[in-house]
Amino acid sequence: MLNRRLILTVAAVAVAAGFASPALAQEKSIVVSSTTSTTDSGLFNHILPLFKQKTGIDVKVVSQGTGQALDTGRRGDSDVVFVHAKAQEEKFVAEGFGVKRLPVMYNDFVLIGPKSDPAKVKGQKDITAALKAIQGKAAPFISRGDKSGTHSAELNLWKTAGIDIAKDKGDWYKEIGQGMGAALNTASASNGYVLSDRATWINFKNRGDLEIVVEGDQRLFNQYGVMLVNPEKHKHVKKAEGQAFIDWLVSPEGQKAIADYKINGQQLFFPNATAPGA
Amino acid sequence: MHGGMSDLPITFENATVRAGAITILDRVSLAITQGEPTLLIGPNGSGKSTLIRLGMGLIEASEGRVRWGGRANADSPRRAMVFQHPVMLRRTAADNIAYALASRGVPRAEQASRIDALLDQVGLKHLKDRPARRLSGGEQQRMALARALACDPEVLFLDEPTASLDPASTKAVEDIVRATALRGVKVVMASHDLGQAKRLAGDIVFLVRGRVIEQARAEQFFTSPATQEAKAFLRGDLVI
Amino acid sequence: MLEGASALDLIFSGDANLYSIVGLSLYISFFAVTLAAIVGFPLGAFLALVNFPGRSFAIVVLNAFMGLPPVVVGLAVFLLLSRSGPLGFLGILFTPRAMIIAQSLLVLPIIAALARQTIEDLWAEYRDELTAMRVGPAGRVATLLYDARFSLVTTLLAGFGRAAAEVGTVMIVGGNIDGFTRTMTTAIALETSKGDLPLAMGLGIVLISLVIVVNGIAWGVRRYGELRAG
Repeated sequence: MLNRRLILTVAAVAVAAGFASPALAQEKSIVVSSTTSTTDSGLFNHILPLFKQKTGIDVKVVSQGTGQALDTGRRGDSDVVFVHAKAQEEKFVAEGFGVKRLPVMYNDFVLIGPKSDPAKVKGQKDITAALKAIQGKAAPFISRGDKSGTHSAELNLWKTAGIDIAKDKGDWYKEIGQGMGAALNTASASNGYVLSDRATWINFKNRGDLEIVVEGDQRLFNQYGVMLVNPEKHKHVKKAEGQAFIDWLVSPEGQKAIADYKINGQQLFFPNATAPGA
Repeated sequence: MHGGMSDLPITFENATVRAGAITILDRVSLAITQGEPTLLIGPNGSGKSTLIRLGMGLIEASEGRVRWGGRANADSPRRAMVFQHPVMLRRTAADNIAYALASRGVPRAEQASRIDALLDQVGLKHLKDRPARRLSGGEQQRMALARALACDPEVLFLDEPTASLDPASTKAVEDIVRATALRGVKVVMASHDLGQAKRLAGDIVFLVRGRVIEQARAEQFFTSPATQEAKAFLRGDLVI
Repeated sequence: MLEGASALDLIFSGDANLYSIVGLSLYISFFAVTLAAIVGFPLGAFLALVNFPGRSFAIVVLNAFMGLPPVVVGLAVFLLLSRSGPLGFLGILFTPRAMIIAQSLLVLPIIAALARQTIEDLWAEYRDELTAMRVGPAGRVATLLYDARFSLVTTLLAGFGRAAAEVGTVMIVGGNIDGFTRTMTTAIALETSKGDLPLAMGLGIVLISLVIVVNGIAWGVRRYGELRAG
């Protein structure tokens, strides 16, 4: 009987200790809310260790859809927001949730499609023409449908092509409400077209019969911006460390780190912190 | 050991027990006093079990009342009970008895010797460390007796304890009950078996359909029963 | 990180990242189940033994909550723990601690509901004896929990299985942060979304194997206990 009581006491202490222990490591860290496409590209795995080496700050990236990443910043659950939706970012700052928006880099979108190319768009230089062809042929098109930066870009392109996609969509237009990887998986499985950021595509391993069909159109460029969550709205925001990260991202050192990230010898992100109007 | 108040005599005063519309015990007036074992007999459904539970304090009377030594408290450490189907706790035989001792406040230091003594009393010392649930039916019933005796009761209630046992186990249980009664413990036992009643009883209480039909010393009841129902029962007729 | 390697490669090369993910998954689910049991076993016992107005309703609701969708639990806890939420001052969103809390809430109904059923069945058997021995309420709960221990191990396993398998809760409250809150299930979700399906499947097999091992150990403990105590 004594044994049993002793075991129970030891177990209780172990449980309490185990549960409390994560508080031990109080090293410097910040939470950055960013997008799934940025994380899926592998960029952070490349640049964050460099930042940590320099400053000792641990960057914890929570990757969500753009809408959710901004919302996380709004709630004060992250210290820095790093997304690619300029209009939404500027609104974020205007509403007082962010301190200032700084451009960091851009990557580009590519139109992915099946080798069979039912809409005959391969090699097309004009993205709007390609989209018109897809709609015209009612070829299967996968949309992320999740209010992400990529989704916003897609919707903008339909608009630029003169198509009111909300009205003109049919069964060929499939909105899946998920991230880039899921959209590519779905396109691969159903031999459809999908707009993807280049980085995710290069990293994507389940291509099936898919390949890049349209690229290089200026309108396919995807601009990234970074913002510090406003410490006046949320007192606990790690202002110093957050700003350190932002400063590093736009510094020559950080910009070089971004440019150095390559997959299969291909550069994915093009730093442009100093470009006017980015 | 208990110091002070006794639970005897247990007096049932017009005690009635109902379950919904059914009357199980009907205005039973009875006194159970110190002395030889009192055996409750009667056909199935006559209320023997319910009367035992009432006397033990497990249930309450719907009407009428029960008094223990003149007092109304149903809750007392001086009464113990053995059921027809014993339920062993999921631990060794010794630990089952330790449990009974602990629940009566016996300090751990004293428990070991008492456990041995009790197991000895019921002839199960050799099975001390066996998981209690793996004992045979008869052994489990003897364990139940040991558990009941662990608190040194003044009154021991038994509800048809050997109804499911083979003759050898039945004899073992009866021997323990007899020895217990001889040590001064008041035994109140419901029995399905006339032979058993003859072997053990000092007093007989005969019940039919919830009413006490006859109450007498054993010799008198078995040789010259007073009522028709008792005569019929002793003859082996179905008493409806 | 886990790019391009097969799951087996990672296991046998002792890849630190994989092992830390496995370790985190086990740590979180284990503590979640423990917390859920600390609350759930007495709660189940209470529901089994005490008659109070609304008891049937409480039991129906508890049983229904066994099927709580993990994403819903995750979302609810997220809203509670968010800096903009009532418990935001704790600052534990996106940490393992939040994941443990969220998972224990998810698993609590299973543990309490199954414990209640087990104890109720056992109480039906033990009621007479424990009442005759005048065992008080606390004693009854302790005795029933102890005597039901082997069935309760199965209950714990059911809880652990649910915890280890779910992704919705830990994804939302943990954030799937690399090296910090990434568990096996969130890693599988991530690798799937990156299109690395073989790796995702491999990780899935590792996860299933782990759960089988845990069940095997529990089975062994149970058999040993049964042999000793019947």
